[in-house]
Amino acid sequence: MRALVPLPLVLPLVAAALTLVAHGRLRVQRAISLVALTATTAIAVALLALVERDGPAVVTIGGWARGIGIAYVADLLSALFLTVAMATVLCVLAFAVGQLRAVQESRYFHPLYLVLTAGVAGSFLSGDIFHLFVTFEVMLLASYVLLTQSGDDGQVRPAMTYVVVNLLSSTLFLTAVALLYGATGTLDMAALGDRVADLPPAVREALRLLFFLVFGIKAALFPLFFWLPDSYPTAPTSVTAVFAGLLTKVGVYAILRTQTVVFGVGDGSPDGFILVVAGATMLVGVLGAIAQDDVKRILSFHIVSQVGYMVFGIGLGTRAGLAATILFVVHHIPVKTALFLVGGLVEETTGSGALRRVGGLGRRMPAVAALFAPGALSLAGIPPFSGFFPKLALVQAGLAGGQYAIVAVSIVVSLFTLFSMTKIWAGVFWGDPEEPPPLARAREDGPLRPPRLMTAATVGLVAVTLGIAVSAGPLFDLALRAADPLLQAGAGR
Amino acid sequence: MNSLILTTSTRALFHTILLFSLFLLFAGHNDPGGGFVGGLVAGAALVLRAVAHGAEDVVRTARVRPEALLGGGLLLAAGTGAGALVLGGDFLESGYVEADVPLLGTVKVVSVLLFDIGVYLVVVGLVLALLVSLGRELDT
Repeated sequence: MRALVPLPLVLPLVAAALTLVAHGRLRVQRAISLVALTATTAIAVALLALVERDGPAVVTIGGWARGIGIAYVADLLSALFLTVAMATVLCVLAFAVGQLRAVQESRYFHPLYLVLTAGVAGSFLSGDIFHLFVTFEVMLLASYVLLTQSGDDGQVRPAMTYVVVNLLSSTLFLTAVALLYGATGTLDMAALGDRVADLPPAVREALRLLFFLVFGIKAALFPLFFWLPDSYPTAPTSVTAVFAGLLTKVGVYAILRTQTVVFGVGDGSPDGFILVVAGATMLVGVLGAIAQDDVKRILSFHIVSQVGYMVFGIGLGTRAGLAATILFVVHHIPVKTALFLVGGLVEETTGSGALRRVGGLGRRMPAVAALFAPGALSLAGIPPFSGFFPKLALVQAGLAGGQYAIVAVSIVVSLFTLFSMTKIWAGVFWGDPEEPPPLARAREDGPLRPPRLMTAATVGLVAVTLGIAVSAGPLFDLALRAADPLLQAGAGR
Repeated sequence: MNSLILTTSTRALFHTILLFSLFLLFAGHNDPGGGFVGGLVAGAALVLRAVAHGAEDVVRTARVRPEALLGGGLLLAAGTGAGALVLGGDFLESGYVEADVPLLGTVKVVSVLLFDIGVYLVVVGLVLALLVSLGRELDT
C-alpha cells in the first residue's frame, strides 16, 4: 500500500517521458497515455478502497523521517478527490483523441496532458505546503501551454491574462510559503496546525488571509475570478473541459485543506468573511452566466458560481458543512466536465457554440440532448440528479448553523442556474437558428452525427455522474468521514 | 553573425565548457553543482555555438531530437524514483556503492547521480528545443 501512494504522480510523469520519446508517432503516444491514465485511475480506486479500510497512508519521499522528508498523504479526502479526478481525466483523454486534429494532437498534447495530470494528482496527495506549490506549478505550466497551443491571436490574448494572473498568484503563494516557514519553521501540514496555533493572532490571521487570497485566485473566487470566463472558452473543448473540471477544484481543495488543518477554520463556528466571499461568488458568477450567449461562456461563468457553493460549506466550519463541500466537489468535477464535453459535441458537429447560431438540435442530435439534460439538471440541483444531494446537504448544514442569509442566496442562485440552463436548452436544442453556422447549413435538416469516440467519452462521464447520484447516500457518509481529520485539527484550539 | 574572433574562441571554449558542465554534474551530490546547473552550463555552451555558427549548425550536429533528450532525461529521473519502489524502498530513496577504481581511488556512486543525469539531460534537451523553435533569429 505504501508503494501505491506516490504512483498517481509518478506514473503520468513516466508516461509523459515516454510520449516525448515517441514524439511524432501518434498511435504510440495515444496507447501510452491511455494505458497510463487507466492504470492511474485503477490505482486511485485501489487507494480509496485501502484508505477506507485501513486509515490514511503516509509516505515520506526518500524514506526520510516525517518532518525532514516531504510527506505524501493519502487520506479519505485526497483519495476520494483523486479517484473522481482521474476518472474524469481518462474520459476527457478519449474525447480529446476523438476531437483534436492530428496537427494539434502531435504538438505535444500528450506529454502536456500527462504532466497536467501528474500535477493534479500531486496536489491532492501532497502533505507538505511547499510541495503543494511545486505540484501546482507543474499543473499550471502544463496548462499555460495547453491553453496557447494553437498560437492564434484569439487564443493568445486571453491566455496572457490567465498566465499573468496565475504567475502573480504563484509569486504570492511562494511568498506566503516563505513567511509561513519563517514564522513556524516547518512546512509539513500536519505539524503546521499546532505551530500556527501558537503564533500571535495578528500573524496567524495575516497568513491565513494571504493563503486564502492565493488559493482564491486559483479557485476563481469573487472578486478574483475575472480571468476565468475570459480564457477558458478559447481553448479546444477537451482542454477547457479538463480545466473546468479540475483546476479550480484543486484550488478549492487547497483552501479546504489549509484553512482547516493549518488555520483551524473547521472548529464548528462559522467564518463570516469566507461566507460573504462565498455568497458574492455564487451570485456574481450566476449573473455573469445569465448575461452570456455562448454555451462555453455560460458554462465558464457557472464554474465561478459553483465554486461559491463549495467555499460556502468551508465557511460554515462544521462537520456537515465540510462534508457537503467535499460531496459538492465530487459531484461537480464530472458534471462540469461532462457539460463542457456536450458543448464540445455541439460545436464540433455544427461548427459553433453561439446560442443564436445553433438551434433545433434536439431533433437533429437527440442523443446529445439526452446527454446534456442530466448534467444541466444536476448543475441546477434538481433531484434525483447528483447536484441535488450536495446542495441539500449544504442548505441543511447552513440552516443548522443558523446562516439563513447565505442559505437564501444559495437557493436563489440555484433558480438562476436553472434559468441559464434552460437558456442553453432552448437556444441549442429547441427553436431554429437565426444564422446557421457553416456545418449545419451544409447538411440542411437531416440528423447530425457527432464523432463516435467523442460521444462515447461523454457517455462515460455522464454515467459517472449518474453513478454519483445513485450512490449519494454512501458517498455522503464517506464525505463525513473524510471531513473528520480536518475537524480534529481545528478542535485542538 | 560572422566574426572570426568569436568563431575561433568558440572552438577553444566549446569543449572546455562541456567538460566543466560534466564536472559540475558529478561534483553535485556533496559539493556545489548538480544536474540542473551542469545542464545549464552545457546549454550555455550550445547557445554560444549557436551564436557563433548559427542554430542550424547546433541542431544538425547534435544529431539527437530534443524530444528524445527531454523524454529520456525525465524517464531517467522518474525511473530512479520508481526504481526505488521496485527494490522495496520508498519513492526516490537512494542507495550507494563504493568501489576502488584504479587511478581515481575510492569512488562512491550514489543512485541520486542517475536522477541528476536525468535532470541534466532535460535541461540540455530544453535548450536544444529552444534553439530548434526560436533559433532562426540567430541564423539571419
